[in-house]
Amino acid sequence: MGTFSVIQEGPVNALALNRDNTQVAIGGRNVFKVYSIEEDKFKEIYNLRSSKHLNLSFSCNDISWSLIDDNYLATAATNGHVCVWNLTKMGKAMQEQDYQEHKRTVNKVNFHSSEPNRLISGSQDGTMKYFDIRGKTSVATFVSNTESVRDVQFSPHMPHMFAAVSENGSVQLWDVRRPDKCQQQFTAHSGPVFACDWHPEMTWLATASRDKTIKVWDLTSKPTLEYTIHTIASIGHVKWRPQRKYHIASCALVVDCSINIWDVRRPFIPFAAFNEHKDVATGVAWRGDPQVFLSTSRDCTLLQHAFRDASRPASKANPQGMSLNNTGEVLYACRVPANTNLSKMSGLIRKYSTSTMNNSSDQFHLASSVMHHFQTTLSQEPKCFYSLALNYVLSGRSLTEMCEHNATVAKEHGKSYIATVWRIVKTMYGEEYIQNSFNSHGCKNNEDTVSHTNIPAGNLALASLDHSTDNERQSRGGDTPAAQCSGGDDETETEDQVDHGLLYNNGFTSYSNFRLGLPRGDFYFGDNELDIELDGLNTVADFKSSFRNSQQLGEQQDWTLPNEAFNIRHEIQNHSPPPEQFPNQNSPDINDDAPIAVEDSAAQGVLTVSNIPERCVWDPSSIVISALKYHAMLGDVQTAACMLLVMGDQRRLLTGLDEATQEHWLLGYIELLGRYRLWNIAAQVIKLSWLPNVTQLNQQSTRINTNCGKCSKPLQRAGWLCDRCHTSEYALCSVCHQVVKGLYAWCQGCSHGGHLAHMMKWMSLNKTCPTGCGHSCEYS
Amino acid sequence: MGHIQQNTHTLFVDAFLQNNRLDHVTQVMGYHPAYLDHFLKTQHFILRGDGPLPFDYRHYIAIMASGRHQCNYLITLQKQEFLLQGGDHTWLKGLDYIPQKLRSLYDINKILAHQPWLLNKSHIEKLTKGKDSWSLAEVVHAIVILTHFHSLCSFVFSCGVNQEVDQLGAHMYPTSNNAEATALLEPNNPNISKTEPKDIPAVANRKDWKNASNTSPPSPTEPEVGITTLMQRMKTLSERNEECSPVELTKRFENVETQSAELNAVGAEPQDVSADIYVFVEDPTFIYQDFAKRHDHDDIMTFRVQDYSWDDHGYSLVNRLYNDVGNLLDDKFKTAYNLTYYTMGGRTDVDTSRFRRAIWNYIQCLLGIRHDDYNYGEINQLLERSLKTFIKSACCYPERVTKKDYDKVLREFKHSEKVHVNLMVLEARMQAELLYALRTVNRYMTN
Repeated sequence: MGTFSVIQEGPVNALALNRDNTQVAIGGRNVFKVYSIEEDKFKEIYNLRSSKHLNLSFSCNDISWSLIDDNYLATAATNGHVCVWNLTKMGKAMQEQDYQEHKRTVNKVNFHSSEPNRLISGSQDGTMKYFDIRGKTSVATFVSNTESVRDVQFSPHMPHMFAAVSENGSVQLWDVRRPDKCQQQFTAHSGPVFACDWHPEMTWLATASRDKTIKVWDLTSKPTLEYTIHTIASIGHVKWRPQRKYHIASCALVVDCSINIWDVRRPFIPFAAFNEHKDVATGVAWRGDPQVFLSTSRDCTLLQHAFRDASRPASKANPQGMSLNNTGEVLYACRVPANTNLSKMSGLIRKYSTSTMNNSSDQFHLASSVMHHFQTTLSQEPKCFYSLALNYVLSGRSLTEMCEHNATVAKEHGKSYIATVWRIVKTMYGEEYIQNSFNSHGCKNNEDTVSHTNIPAGNLALASLDHSTDNERQSRGGDTPAAQCSGGDDETETEDQVDHGLLYNNGFTSYSNFRLGLPRGDFYFGDNELDIELDGLNTVADFKSSFRNSQQLGEQQDWTLPNEAFNIRHEIQNHSPPPEQFPNQNSPDINDDAPIAVEDSAAQGVLTVSNIPERCVWDPSSIVISALKYHAMLGDVQTAACMLLVMGDQRRLLTGLDEATQEHWLLGYIELLGRYRLWNIAAQVIKLSWLPNVTQLNQQSTRINTNCGKCSKPLQRAGWLCDRCHTSEYALCSVCHQVVKGLYAWCQGCSHGGHLAHMMKWMSLNKTCPTGCGHSCEYS
Repeated sequence: MGHIQQNTHTLFVDAFLQNNRLDHVTQVMGYHPAYLDHFLKTQHFILRGDGPLPFDYRHYIAIMASGRHQCNYLITLQKQEFLLQGGDHTWLKGLDYIPQKLRSLYDINKILAHQPWLLNKSHIEKLTKGKDSWSLAEVVHAIVILTHFHSLCSFVFSCGVNQEVDQLGAHMYPTSNNAEATALLEPNNPNISKTEPKDIPAVANRKDWKNASNTSPPSPTEPEVGITTLMQRMKTLSERNEECSPVELTKRFENVETQSAELNAVGAEPQDVSADIYVFVEDPTFIYQDFAKRHDHDDIMTFRVQDYSWDDHGYSLVNRLYNDVGNLLDDKFKTAYNLTYYTMGGRTDVDTSRFRRAIWNYIQCLLGIRHDDYNYGEINQLLERSLKTFIKSACCYPERVTKKDYDKVLREFKHSEKVHVNLMVLEARMQAELLYALRTVNRYMTN
């Protein structure tokens, strides 16, 4: 059976097939005919409009064909009439009944599928009427309490039940025997519902609406939404495909002229589409066979469609999509082969089906795709600020380490430019001044990993030093061998290779010593590649030679040595005297002796020393200053302040940056931290700051005056004498009745108290207040 | 100012904030806050919300639309808005100074305003093809603005809305600026139609206005049907389950059509419209012609609402091409159609639905739209001749309606009810125009 059509005089609104699917009745404003369906054409049997008595009762919105008696047709007329036609009669007598009971246009009529002569109609006036077509009037009226009823359908499963959908988006289920009240009502759509259709096998009801969705409801018990199909236009009609559980046909009310067959499990692209009509389709009827159906349209045609002529939109759709937004985020969606296990994909954010060409209808719905979301920014600025403030490390580690850490943090928050600045600072003030590879030393994990006593005396200082170097390396590299490896590569410089060659033997011995001395010696060398190992060896060797002279110092220095020791050493050599230690600065807590010792040893140590002056000629401070100023200018005072803090003593080099500006940034940052209630961090910043004006913030408002017990005047001069009352009456110890001039302890409940010692003693023996006020004081 | 309900007051505040003025139209609509809410939202959206047209275009289109009915009031307001949106002030010199693109919209403007049934695919095609072409979304946006302002003209004239205080020709009272609107807002003021300054002409520089309205009015001797009679008739209609043949019904529809064609508009054509309005008007002789008298266009069929309805087709199309406006218009139409306080004159608990439906369908009937399921015989029973004349004038020749005509009809009705009738004129007319326009766009899209 192929695709063929017949053209009518006017738009066709509806069609209905007879019981055997051999004949079709069509109706519209100017059309009312019955055709028999032949092999490759339609043959007109009746033209019910041929009579002279034309009127609006012939202008129908819907047609229904009795499923019991092949001779009866019912139509819903635009003028509110419901007509029943008997095809066995002739002329005017064909119109057997003409019910004029609805006040407004009738939208739908539906014959009962098992009981003969039963008919239901739904109208624009908001009522439904139940007819026995043998009678002259309706049997029952159902009032929906909505503006209009758009569709009514008898349930194929429950003989007494019918569904009605209405203008306000609700679905009602009625029992024909109970016209007073509907059995169930629920809101299905956000706009008028135009059509509904019962599933032939399941207790599913499909509803179609102006809100451009088709919804499938399971009505077994409580109505639950099973599937939602998104269409491109308002849907006027839906019809389940026989023998295909998940397939449903739809036609749009405006704009979209094609008839779409959907797999309800794949709601974004139709399984098949039929594009023969030139105007919107108004009705669909399956010929009992899933491969053939008929449709009518406003383009005045009646068409029979064969499924093999369908077009498959999915095969034409682009299976990939990409989009990027103005902040540089990229979305990319692509098809996943239907047999791939989706759970393997870890990077996806959400999945939904797009297009996969799959001719087998069983696999059609399995098509899936993944969407990757590539994000460059974490979140909005305030959140970012908060998170950055929390995660930045401002002290306690070496400069390089802190810079690297902070760069990572910034990068994680999508601030790649700030991360770059951190790295620049690291390069300029961290590594640049260090001749060999152990450029960064942090004592992050020290106490527990090394036991000094195990190390032979000669290598004591060396071992501890070296240990921390490599531990640091470990931690910085994220504890993975790969990361370590690359880190080692980067930091290996040519001089080191030379050193390494020269000192190899030496190094090897110390290496073995070193291993001996460490309970967890394999921890950093065992699995590493040669580069790292050599670096380490080199380090060891270097230090071995350099520290020979100052062994006793090393012994004394103990744990403090590794901190910042080597940054400072070079700075000292080439630029300025060792910076003074600010008492409140805890990060480079090196004693004065330490840098000196290192300095000496370095001078004596290795070949590389002579190269250093050349490398340090260029002064990067002006660049750094302008970078900081740039960020501050952008309102990002956080970056500027944090970098200054992290640079620690190195900021002395920033000669072009006046203190007022620095203070300005710090105070700004502290203020911002306060706004975000990050008091701890603000306190830390204050503590770390090097400017007296900022440091003093911690010293302010530390005094609290007690008030005189009598006049409530704050006791400013002395804690025991009120200037106004000139009495110490309220400063008496309630135990010994002497004026308390030192520590005064008092109960917060009754405010009585006295000498701390007295109170302690009293309360250890008694439970009530020593004054006898009766209060049960608590002392803890 | 009389007592204003709380919700009305809130709306007034919103309107003031949006427009920097509380214009008289808003004040008059304040009688019906439920409707005013939707009206303001829609107007705000189509003029200032998201949409395909540039803002200056929108206001200029509003000026063009108001020009068809020589509505100086709206033109002046929209001119201001146009300039505020950074519009080119040379455009205000007239249609000869505007871009070709805007100019080419004028045909649709003209047809929609007076004989919307003449609109066909070729008009849309002319716009969307060739140089300076319009996108369909732009066309629909323009159509919504045009129909909104055409029908708003009906409201302005039929309510006798005055010029704003700051406009040329506004009537100034020594104390109260908005005395006119104030009076309107006091429904219980019995003197409103009698007191002297109330028939200030809406177009200020026409001195003969007071007399003009007297030239061809419905004869004053014609007795007006009182509310009691009206209610009696409504009762009979609802009791009698009239079984009349469809042929008879068709005849009745045609009767109403032809009868309405015999009604003359209330006033004569305004004589001396100021020149600064005419610069926005082209082909001023093109005016409403009765649908029943469309002899030279016999091929144009009656528009059947059952074949192209707002709910089913219009909404979906307009929402597709001009996002969100469908919901706003839908709410507005629904509110206007269903608005009732169950009062009529002084009586309460009246089911006014028949009366309202008669008015609504009569207005659409004037524009050739037929509801299959309506018995047009009801119109003749419920709407007396003077009311029909008023409605027809308000809908088709709003520029001829004066405050006097407003006072003359529905004498037993309250002001709020009269304004309600005018609102229905506004909405039914707008819906009718939109239906014609959207059906045409739909036809253009499908073929």
